[in-house]
Amino acid sequence: MDAIQQNLLEQVAGLHEIPAGAYNIRANGQMAGRNTTANIDIITKEDKSGIDIRIKADTKAESVHIPVVLSQSGLKESVYNDFFVGENADVTIIAGCGIHNGGASTSEHSGIHRFFVDRNAKVRYVEKHYGAGDGNGERIMNPTTEIHLAEGAFLEMETVQIKGIDSTRRVTNAEVAEGASLVIREKIMTHGNQYAETDFTVEMNGDDSSVNLVSRSVAKECSEQLFKSRIIGNGKCHGHSECDAIIMDQASVSAIPELTANNIDANLIHEAAIGKIAGEQLMKLMTLGLTEKEAEEQIVNGFLK
Amino acid sequence: MLELKGICFSAEDESREVEILNDINLIIDDRFVAVTGPNGSGKSTLAKIIAGILKPTAGQILLDGVDITNLSITERANMGISFAFQQPVRFKGITVKELLSIAAGKDTTITEICGMLSEVGLCARDYVNREVNASLSGGELKRIEIAMIMARKTKVSIFDEPEAGIDLWSFQNLIRVFEKMHEETKGSILIISHQERILNIADRIILLSDGQIKKVGSKEEVMPELLGCGQPCKTLADKL
Repeated sequence: MDAIQQNLLEQVAGLHEIPAGAYNIRANGQMAGRNTTANIDIITKEDKSGIDIRIKADTKAESVHIPVVLSQSGLKESVYNDFFVGENADVTIIAGCGIHNGGASTSEHSGIHRFFVDRNAKVRYVEKHYGAGDGNGERIMNPTTEIHLAEGAFLEMETVQIKGIDSTRRVTNAEVAEGASLVIREKIMTHGNQYAETDFTVEMNGDDSSVNLVSRSVAKECSEQLFKSRIIGNGKCHGHSECDAIIMDQASVSAIPELTANNIDANLIHEAAIGKIAGEQLMKLMTLGLTEKEAEEQIVNGFLK
Repeated sequence: MLELKGICFSAEDESREVEILNDINLIIDDRFVAVTGPNGSGKSTLAKIIAGILKPTAGQILLDGVDITNLSITERANMGISFAFQQPVRFKGITVKELLSIAAGKDTTITEICGMLSEVGLCARDYVNREVNASLSGGELKRIEIAMIMARKTKVSIFDEPEAGIDLWSFQNLIRVFEKMHEETKGSILIISHQERILNIADRIILLSDGQIKKVGSKEEVMPELLGCGQPCKTLADKL
């Protein structure tokens, strides 16, 4: 792996060296490394590009890293990764995609991740998207996430896209069974002429199920963002979604929340706020000695932390 | 030493000019100076003009002889002016430790933060990593605001109604905070307040009324004038 790929790997997975535990590293469409453990197996799909990750029941405190890096300009790929998490397992899954495009053609990665989380299992899923390179070629990422939570299961998804992706359409669909809960935290920052769209649909199908969906974003310069969320309560459940955006310069942000209750005991809440940085926040930090620009950076960094 | 010369400020209200401050002349080089006066007399405006948040329509501000009238908020802050807001600002995602580090102008250690917070009656363990967001009460924010000014150690510190929202128990501590700040900085502390106990510790009291300085002097000299501002109703005047 060359220096560019190593840098991407560090950005998306925080990896300086070969990770502990199970991993599968994909570089420019090829497998660049894999490790399995007694409890976690990784199998290459035969019908299409991608892998199956099978985590045995009762696996505790193990992690799986599946980073993807693209440094070849013009490469377009779709990858299908399926995660099967056994009963009572408790694992951390770290995915992420980094694109370095130093050429003139468009590089594009579409990752389709499906999670089948069995009863009472707990998953922490982290994905980061990052783009770099000074070529004119566009960097496009379209991650799709499909989540199936069985009774009592828990999945916490952290998704971050801070820099360098020209266009993204992020689709997440989830179904949550009785007593299961889903937490999603999304952070996005766009600049230049970038476009980011997120589209969440969560169906709560069982009693005592819950979802908490929190999106924080910053849109700078001429970038555009669209946030869509649909929460459907089919039982005695609790759903909350929150979209909080800072808009700067000539950017544009839209938020379209939708709530549907099909049960009298479904309790659904949506909060949305879009606005520029409050003048008093800038002033306070300036009275502490920061310049206006430094104050702005502090506020944005804190907001997306 | 802070010097205000002929400061005037007016604002537009429905296409009509409203005079908020008129010809304010002051020299501040004492330990504790209290600015008091009825609501709407221009106290907060005066503080904002000193901090650079508002620009005076006329007049000059000098800090140690240097004209700072046209300097920005940031430049004044770096020259040694601090300003505790009447209503502290909340920040999503910025922690108490980060805010205090920005105020101190350096990365602070847990021990230092602990010292700062305990001065204002907060236990560092509960607050150091808390975000300065809506989960903090008004009183907690107010104390953090005061801790930030302490961390800055500047030659001029302005507090706009520091006692508002702070319970009586901490009142004595607030006064101790001011005393300690003066010991460390040897600077001037300007406090906008209505509280008699704060007026009691002031070396000098400035009474503002209708945008003008009505009286400058000791508590004994200023209090009768203060009570004469506006026309209190007879029942209230009798009680006083």
